[in-house]
Amino acid sequence: MFDNPRTGASRACVAVGRCQLASLHALAVSAMGSLVVLALLLVPVGVGFRLLPPAARALRVLSDRSRSRAERWTGVRIGPPEPLPVDRALNARKRSGAIIADEGFWRDLAWAWLEPVIGGLLVAVPLALIEYGAFGALVQPFIWRLINDGNWYAFIPVHSTATMCGALVLGLAFMAVGLLAAPATLRLHSRVSRPLLSAPRSSRLAQRVERLTDTRARALDAQAAELRRIERDLHDGAQARLVALGMTLDRATRLMETDPAAARELLLDVRRTSEGALQDLRELVHGIHPPVLADRGLGDAVRSLALDSFLDVHVETRLPGKLPAPVESAAYFAVSEALANAAKHSGAREVGVALTYENGSLRATVTDDGHGGADPSRGTGLAGVRQRLDTFDGTLDLHSPQGGPTTVTMEIPCALSSPKTSSS
Amino acid sequence: MRVVLAEDLFLLRDGLIRTLQEHGCEVVAVDNGPSLLRALLAEGDSAPDAAVVDVRLPPTFTDEGLQAALEARRRRPGLPVLILSQYVEQLYAHELLAGGEGAVGYLLKDRVTHTEQFIDAVRRVAAGGTVMDPQVISKLLLRSDARGRIGTLTQRERDVLELMAEGRSNAAIAGGLHISESAVAKHTASIFTKLRIDPSADDNRRVLAVLAYLKR
Repeated sequence: MFDNPRTGASRACVAVGRCQLASLHALAVSAMGSLVVLALLLVPVGVGFRLLPPAARALRVLSDRSRSRAERWTGVRIGPPEPLPVDRALNARKRSGAIIADEGFWRDLAWAWLEPVIGGLLVAVPLALIEYGAFGALVQPFIWRLINDGNWYAFIPVHSTATMCGALVLGLAFMAVGLLAAPATLRLHSRVSRPLLSAPRSSRLAQRVERLTDTRARALDAQAAELRRIERDLHDGAQARLVALGMTLDRATRLMETDPAAARELLLDVRRTSEGALQDLRELVHGIHPPVLADRGLGDAVRSLALDSFLDVHVETRLPGKLPAPVESAAYFAVSEALANAAKHSGAREVGVALTYENGSLRATVTDDGHGGADPSRGTGLAGVRQRLDTFDGTLDLHSPQGGPTTVTMEIPCALSSPKTSSS
Repeated sequence: MRVVLAEDLFLLRDGLIRTLQEHGCEVVAVDNGPSLLRALLAEGDSAPDAAVVDVRLPPTFTDEGLQAALEARRRRPGLPVLILSQYVEQLYAHELLAGGEGAVGYLLKDRVTHTEQFIDAVRRVAAGGTVMDPQVISKLLLRSDARGRIGTLTQRERDVLELMAEGRSNAAIAGGLHISESAVAKHTASIFTKLRIDPSADDNRRVLAVLAYLKR
């Protein structure tokens, strides 16, 4: 709803510019690859030890730049390998040894040699089409008279006004095709680069194990804290009230004979206390697992949140089936937190919540029309949500420029547990 | 009066049957969704005058009771149903009110401890009235207030509106607020003017109008 629409034409032009940048970058990469190979060749004579570490670092800078560009331009996310070993305490010889032993370095090098050949040629295709098209459309009309003899443009022999016009049209067509192909070419380029640029499998697995250990520890901590909270709430709330209730009942029983009026007062007191205990239990249960979520699933539970909010909340759900219960719960509390933030801090009047399921993950976006400028480092709400989502390998992105609007995007990879059967 | 009672917990069902019988109701008790739907749609002599329904019922233990009640009301519009639940959920309140026929109620289960109020609620629903739990009403009012739609009402008018939305008659409102009935009528007229709702002599339509306004 708060999208910034960019026209197809300008997007194509931007893509052409990016192709140009990528092809220049491929040249730099090839030069740097040669330099690294030179350094390796010079290792036996000693000079290579001094040359290799800076060259490897420079190559990593280039490959890092390619990774971030792939994500920025085409949304293809490429996980970086482990950082190069840079231990300043070591001497040049040992440092070079560590680099040579590093798997990421060799992958960088392989990429440096393949990227100009594969990626460079690929991004050159739309550029070549546009440049050749520009020659046909802009230059041919003026020069064909001068080089009348044997002047061919593509498959058209240009020697009359009619064929010149044909060349002009063909040139325009080439330019159009080049423009149209540019965004797709960029995407293809990112995808082709991914296997070369991404971290080697072993280090990816190591990273993942580390991350899982981390999130599991935090999940256990969170669970323990939650159980403590429930125990404390029961202890200080409902349980205490029930004890008080028992005591009051006891007094009422003793007073029944001697002072029926006082006993009656006490019994009314008992009723109030029991209502309080019920209210406590109700709030506690709601905090653990909202009944509407258990009854109806995520879509209706979020609709119910929308009804409770002070803001105008529009909910749109496109969920093809039922999600696993823990995912539903995490998503529910995440959306709840985002709505609470919007109500408290954003100054918004309207909020849009969208729940969709695409490519094996649940995506929830909460967008408000407030003044923006939300800072995730302030306050603990979003940090808590992020931690909760972490357990599911989920992500939380906050986009909140000054002046708004604020968009919170949450993604949780998960499988659908059952196809949808009811129509609601 | 013939009342269908749907409640799966034995202790509660037993208590509710007693309470209803003590107040002269003939009770048909069921404990799951499908038999509730059958009992609600019964014809002839066994047709119910009202139903008291728990939201959560077997076999699914989700909102089976509410679904059965909504389905029965779809097939037989205006069938009086009083929903009892451990929780009041705005979404469910909206679904019950959506038809606009009235004769619905939605109360927290613990309200049954006030026997008179509970029986009164059953009777009012059976008579085509609308009874909403104070929790639902106060939330709706809070929300509308925050949006500035009823910010123009005075405190007294808001008190009247709250009781009115709970389904009370002018006499009951007057009693509850310790003011005269003519004062209530004056406040009511003023509320309708401020909220731009056409006043109606019928209590039920009055409440529906208020709720319909609030739930926008």
